[in-house]
Amino acid sequence: MSLYYVQKLLYQLNRDPIVRKRFAADRDELLGEYSLTDEERTAIEDGDIGLLYVMGVNGQILMHYSALIGQEWDEYINAMKQGVADHGAVRGGLYTLLEDRDG
Amino acid sequence: MSLVFAGVCSHAPGITGRAKRADPVVRDAFYARLHELRERLEAAKPDVLVIVAAEHFANFFMNNMPAYCMGLADEYEGPIEDEDWLAIRRTVVPGNAGLARRIITGMLADIDLSYAEEWKFDHGIMVPLNFLTPRYDLPVIPVNVNCQGPPLTTLERAYEFGRVLRRACDAQPERIALVGTGGISHWPATPDSGVINEAWDRQFLDRFINNRRAELIAYTDEETLRDAGQGGFEIRTFLTVAGATEGATGELLFYAPIPIFAVGCTVAQMAVQ
Ligand SMILES: [Fe+2]
Repeated sequence: MSLYYVQKLLYQLNRDPIVRKRFAADRDELLGEYSLTDEERTAIEDGDIGLLYVMGVNGQILMHYSALIGQEWDEYINAMKQGVADHGAVRGGLYTLLEDRDG
Repeated sequence: MSLVFAGVCSHAPGITGRAKRADPVVRDAFYARLHELRERLEAAKPDVLVIVAAEHFANFFMNNMPAYCMGLADEYEGPIEDEDWLAIRRTVVPGNAGLARRIITGMLADIDLSYAEEWKFDHGIMVPLNFLTPRYDLPVIPVNVNCQGPPLTTLERAYEFGRVLRRACDAQPERIALVGTGGISHWPATPDSGVINEAWDRQFLDRFINNRRAELIAYTDEETLRDAGQGGFEIRTFLTVAGATEGATGELLFYAPIPIFAVGCTVAQMAVQ
């Protein structure tokens, strides 16, 4: 797990048009600069908001990334719920401390 | 006395971005109070607006996370978010580097804070500005209190930061307005988005409006997380405004939970003595 670098990449994509341009044009080179597992890399490339949430990406970073890739609000909320249904509880980060409201 | 105005308001991105999905009666009552806060702000004839926000990874990241940071630039830009998603057009917001430098220099005698000569605004600042300075014609000095990535500054320090900010502002000749922005209880950007603990919010607002410092700093982060969600950490911005107006009380102009906005929507003004 390299949650820090997943979040760092998403943070930079969210705020920096140059990083976004590199993500579109030189993706392998850009992603090579971050220490990512295959699962993390695939989740980012697929825009898999549910899995990224379960990995523990901070929701504020993830919400901006969801907007960046053009998700509608309900699609975004449902993706997180589906992520938990598919992959289980959040694995890392702040949200592991939140109570389970569905439980 | 150069602080001429102090207030707080919510900043959740849904307030603008999901406006069409809210109950129009509650939404428009909320907007009307935000406009009233703008009129009161304008009536105070400020030269600059210091806006204390809890940003959401627009500028600061875990590689170098300041507990407190103030902007030191003559212009800023925002929002970083997708413009259609937030329903706010990207724009340049004027700053005031000269005054910011004097305030920061004054504050450093009493408290450690970082500064940033480059700063991109996210919804935490753009949503309040959209209502309070809709023509972006009032220079802004942004302040960030880290409320997103623990470890966080303590509530006691957030209050003290407000006291120190006030002293530094009062030493300046300019007329300075202060607005704090943040949620109270909320679980933003999680599957529980839209959950709001109204009873907790109303108790917090009672403590805030009456500026009861001992009760304001009494919350532990464990209690806040349990009762008010991780979004509740943003009460730090309210505590800074309370610290800056210590000894004064305020007026709650609006509070109502609006679930599609994912926060208990709040507008309040504090007296400035
Ligand atoms: Fe926030």
